[in-house]
Amino acid sequence: MPKQPLIAADARPWRDATAKPFVRINNVTKKFADVAAVSDVSLEIYQGELFCLLGGSGSGKSTLLRMLAGFETPTAGTIEIDGQDMTAVPPYSRPVNMMFQSYALFPHMNVEQNIAYGLKRENIAATEVGQRVNELLALVKLAEYGKRKPHQLSGGQRQRVALARALAKRPKLLLLDEPLGALDKKLREETQFELVKIQETLGVTFIVVTHDQEEAMSLATRIGVMNQGEIAQIGEPTDIYEFPNSRFVANFIGSANMFEGVVTEDESDHITISSAEAGCDIYVDHGVDCAPEQRLWWAIRPEKIVLSRQRPDGATNVTRGLVDDIGYLGDTSVYQIVLDSGKQVRVTKANTRRGDLDAIKWDERVYLSWAGNAGSVLTA
Amino acid sequence: MNQAPKPLERQGHRPWQRAEQALRRIGLSGRALVIMAPAIWLTVFFLIPLAVVFGISLSSKQFGRPPYSSLLTFGEAGTVQLTLHLSNFVKLFSDSLYVSAYLNSIKIAAVATVIALALGYPMAYFIARASDRWRNVLLMLVILPFWTSFLLRVYALTGFMRGNGVINNFLGLFGIDPLIMMQTDFAVYVGIVYTYLPFMILPLYTNLVKLDEALLEASADLGARPYRTFLAITLPLSVPGIVAGSMLVFIPAIGEFVIPSLLGGPGTLMIGRVLWDEFFSNTNWPRAAAVAIAMLVVVVVPIMLMQRAQSATVER
Repeated sequence: MPKQPLIAADARPWRDATAKPFVRINNVTKKFADVAAVSDVSLEIYQGELFCLLGGSGSGKSTLLRMLAGFETPTAGTIEIDGQDMTAVPPYSRPVNMMFQSYALFPHMNVEQNIAYGLKRENIAATEVGQRVNELLALVKLAEYGKRKPHQLSGGQRQRVALARALAKRPKLLLLDEPLGALDKKLREETQFELVKIQETLGVTFIVVTHDQEEAMSLATRIGVMNQGEIAQIGEPTDIYEFPNSRFVANFIGSANMFEGVVTEDESDHITISSAEAGCDIYVDHGVDCAPEQRLWWAIRPEKIVLSRQRPDGATNVTRGLVDDIGYLGDTSVYQIVLDSGKQVRVTKANTRRGDLDAIKWDERVYLSWAGNAGSVLTA
Repeated sequence: MNQAPKPLERQGHRPWQRAEQALRRIGLSGRALVIMAPAIWLTVFFLIPLAVVFGISLSSKQFGRPPYSSLLTFGEAGTVQLTLHLSNFVKLFSDSLYVSAYLNSIKIAAVATVIALALGYPMAYFIARASDRWRNVLLMLVILPFWTSFLLRVYALTGFMRGNGVINNFLGLFGIDPLIMMQTDFAVYVGIVYTYLPFMILPLYTNLVKLDEALLEASADLGARPYRTFLAITLPLSVPGIVAGSMLVFIPAIGEFVIPSLLGGPGTLMIGRVLWDEFFSNTNWPRAAAVAIAMLVVVVVPIMLMQRAQSATVER
C-alpha cells in the first residue's frame, strides 16, 4: 500500500514523465532591492494547458507572469518557451502575448485599430489584417463595435477587446493577468466559461494569474498555489482542494478546520491521531508518511463533516459540540459549532429540502462525524 | 469625559448669514459673488484697458497731451462727431516694415518653439520616467532659474556669447577664431529657448507622467520595438502636452521685446521692438496701439487653436 492517498487517473501530460513541457521555468528568482518577489521557482507547463497561478497579493504570481512576458528579467534561473531560452529575448520578440489586468487598451485608437496593432507590426497585407480583425471581433462577439473607442465600451466589452487583441497574433502562449478581476460577479461567471471555450477551440496555452480561488478552480487544468514567492503546491483543482500538501494551502483554498494532534498509531493501512482539540481520536484509513509520537495537523473541509442529533451507528470518528451560530446562504447553511474542547468548527450542509422544519437549530448539542478518508494529514 | 455633546446652536450660527440674506434680497447669491470677483477684475484690468488701446488705435497722432486726437468732437448745436482713423491699420499693411516685423516675429517664435520642443520633450520624458526620488530634484532644477530675475539671466547670456566671452575664450584655447554670436538672430534664439524652455517642459512633463506604463508594455508585447511604441503610443497621447507647451513658448515669444533688444542686432526685426520704438521714440501712440491690437489678433488665433485642440482631447 502506498503511503499516499489515491488520486485521479494518470492520463494527462503532466502525469506523463516522457511528455515535453512547453514552458519550462528553471529555478527562477527575482529580487527587487534584496527582497525576493519570486524565489527559486521551477515549473513546467504543457501545450494546451490552462494553468492558473493562484496566490494572495505579494505572493509573486504577477512578477512570475511579467518575467514570462519579458517585462522583468530573472535575477537567477532561466525561462524556456517552446524549447527556446527566453532570458535575453526582449518582450517584442517573444512568441507570447499578454492580457493586462487594466486591459491597457490604447485610448486613442478604436477597437479595430487596437486589435490590428500587433498584426501591423508584422508585414501582413491590409486586407488580411482586416479579415483577421473581423474574425476576432466575431470570436469575442463585438462585431458591431469595431469603430468605438475604448472609453465608449462597458467593462465587459473592454475585457473582450483586450482578449481579442492579445489573441490577434496567434500566440503560442497567452498570459492573462487577473483577466476577470474588473468584472462584476455575474459577468465574471459568464466570462469564465467563455474564456475556457475560446481556449479550447484555439488550443492556445493559457497562463492565468488570479487571486480568486473560485476562478482558478473553475478555469484551470492545473493550479500553482504561490506563497511568499514560492510555489506551495502544484496540482489539478481537485488535488489542491482535496489533498492539500500544507497548512497554508489547506487554509488558502476554501476553508478548512485544522486540528493539531500527535500520532498514536502508525500502521501501513491506517493511522490514529490523538487530538485534544477534536475531543476524540482521529482515525485515518490510509497510510501516512509519519512517525509515531510525531506532532502534526489534520484538516477537514466544512462539507465533509456530518451533523446529527443521535450518535451515528458504526462511525469511528465522532465528537460532540454545541451549535453557536448558523449562516443561511440559500443553497447551503454554515454552522459554527463549539466543540467541548472550546475549538470552533465550521460545518456546511446543503439545504436539500425546502423550509426544513426539522433542521438543526441554535444552541442544540450535536454529534459531528466524518469518514476515515475525509480529512488531510498535514506535516508542514 | 462621558458628557453628552452640546446641541449645536442652529439659529444665527453662521456669522455671515445676515449678509447672505441682505444680498439675496437684491438678487445676489454666493455663487454669483464668486463668479463676479474675477469678472470684475478682468473688466477693470483687461477689457477696459483693451478698449482704451483700441480707441487710441483709431485716433490720429497730434502734438500735446495726450499725444492723440479725441474720437469724439462736440460741434455746434449740440452735435457729436465720431471720427475713426483707420489709417493706422492701413499703414500696417502698406508699410513693409510692419509686415516684415510681424512675419519675422512669427518666424523667430516658431523656430524657437520647435527648438524648445526638440530640447524639452526628451527632458520632460526623462523626468517623467525618473525614479520618485530624482523626479522632484530634476523638476526643481527646471524651475530654479525662475528664482533669479529674467532680465539678469538674459544679460548674463551676453557674458557667454560676446567676443571675449566664456565660449570664445574656451574656443581660443584650441586656436579657434572667435565666433560672432552677439547681435545676431542666433543669440535671440538662444535667449528665447533658454528663457521659455521651462514653459515647454512643465506641461509636457505633466502629460507624460500620467502616461500609463501598461500601454507601453502592451505595445512591446504586441511586437512593437521601442521607437515604434514611441511613435504609435507615446507621441499621439502626448499631443495635448505638446500643444500646451508650444503655445506657452510661441505666444510670449512673438511679442518678446527684452531678448531681441539685449541679444539681437539691428537686423533682428521683431514686433515688440517696433512697438517700443513707435511709443517711445516716435511718440506715435495711435500707430503703436494699432500695432498692439494687430499683435493681439496674431496671438489670439493660436490660443483659439489650442483651446480647440484641448477641448477635443477632453471629449476623448
